[in-house]
Amino acid sequence: MTAPHLEILDLGCTRGDRPLFAGLREHVAAGELLHVAGSNGSGKTTLLRTLCGLSRPAAGEIRWRGTSVRLLGDQYRADLAYVGHKDGVQGELTAAENLETLSCGAGASAADMRRRIDAALERLGLAAYAPYPAKLLSQGQRRRLALARLLVQPKPLWILDEPFTALDATSCRLVAALVSEHLAGGGIAVLSSHQAFDIAAAEVKRVDLDSLGARAFAWAGEPEPRPERAGHPA
Amino acid sequence: MVSLRRAQDALTPVIFFAIVVALFPLGVGPEPGVLAMLAPGVVWVAALLATMLSLPRLFANDYADGTLEQLLLAPQPLAVLVLAKVVAHWLLSGLPLVLLSPLLALQMQLPADALPTLVISLLLGTPVLSLIGAIGAALTLGLRGGGVLISLLVLPLYTPVLIFGAGSVAAAATGLDVEAYNSLLGAFLILALTFAPWAAAAALRVSLD
Repeated sequence: MTAPHLEILDLGCTRGDRPLFAGLREHVAAGELLHVAGSNGSGKTTLLRTLCGLSRPAAGEIRWRGTSVRLLGDQYRADLAYVGHKDGVQGELTAAENLETLSCGAGASAADMRRRIDAALERLGLAAYAPYPAKLLSQGQRRRLALARLLVQPKPLWILDEPFTALDATSCRLVAALVSEHLAGGGIAVLSSHQAFDIAAAEVKRVDLDSLGARAFAWAGEPEPRPERAGHPA
Repeated sequence: MVSLRRAQDALTPVIFFAIVVALFPLGVGPEPGVLAMLAPGVVWVAALLATMLSLPRLFANDYADGTLEQLLLAPQPLAVLVLAKVVAHWLLSGLPLVLLSPLLALQMQLPADALPTLVISLLLGTPVLSLIGAIGAALTLGLRGGGVLISLLVLPLYTPVLIFGAGSVAAAATGLDVEAYNSLLGAFLILALTFAPWAAAAALRVSLD
């Protein structure tokens, strides 16, 4: 198997009928971080969902280890961890059970999994909450629980949509440290964030969807929205 | 995966089933002949509606909290995960209906020798209802008024199951052979088991796009 690297080739995305951006080209190798920036509604979440394979791209192709992710299917998903806007935390289950259910079938023994879950909860400061139903957790704690999933099952590609929202300053630093460790271990991370963060990476690549968006409007033959209206929600 | 802890969700269809069937003797009157004639149809229609009542929740909670996204991104085939969810759904909504049905059928004055047939036909039929319903639930995910839409999508597909399910009970009540009915219901079940998880998985991918 070739070393993990993610290629984005001339990617274009639409939301409904509205073109968001087009012509996105990027190559992210092991140890590198791709930072997706852009104003509200510029298509950050759509891009990340498309990278995961949850949405279909309108144009272009995504390649993982040199092969199109469409062809890889489950193989690609086995390499991928995604934390989106929704935490994927089920209120009825306890914090520990939440981590268990989503990592079942990983092939690790139950005792090994137990140990990893405990370690992940400990690392994110949730060890004390492990036996309680997740609905008792605060927004920030749920977020940390969602991020703990990244540690339970090590995957080479992390796709994080606004990982710092709802987190306090200490937790933000913790998450930045986790991503730094992941990158230092040869992983790849793609994240979107409005906040400044301090992540040690071999290289931080930055995609600005606002500038690519202008091209998308030209591509669709539509006039670009006026700047003073750009901030309004669609 | 198993959301056993939502006791309210699990009990609603069963209670609905019991109440609907209990209303018929009150509404129609206690003439034994009439009730016995209505019994197979009433029990089956009530089971059908009760199953449908629980369908919107099959994926809705997972969709709302983002678990469904994670399931879609799991390296296991999605159809297998869907099948697991449907089995869990049936165990919580279908199986209690089957277990409760003999009691309610007695209330409808169905002849006692038709009771085993009723249980067998429901045992074969209700998983089909859950499987077909999963496709409808996956298609209408995230839509406003999805519950009504599910009924419109799924009820026409339920009719064959209803016809043969109620038919087998009626045949048993009049002392006819029910093997043909049960074979057909079994065939429906196998067909639904083979295709429904894949169809529902594809529908989920479309719904979350």
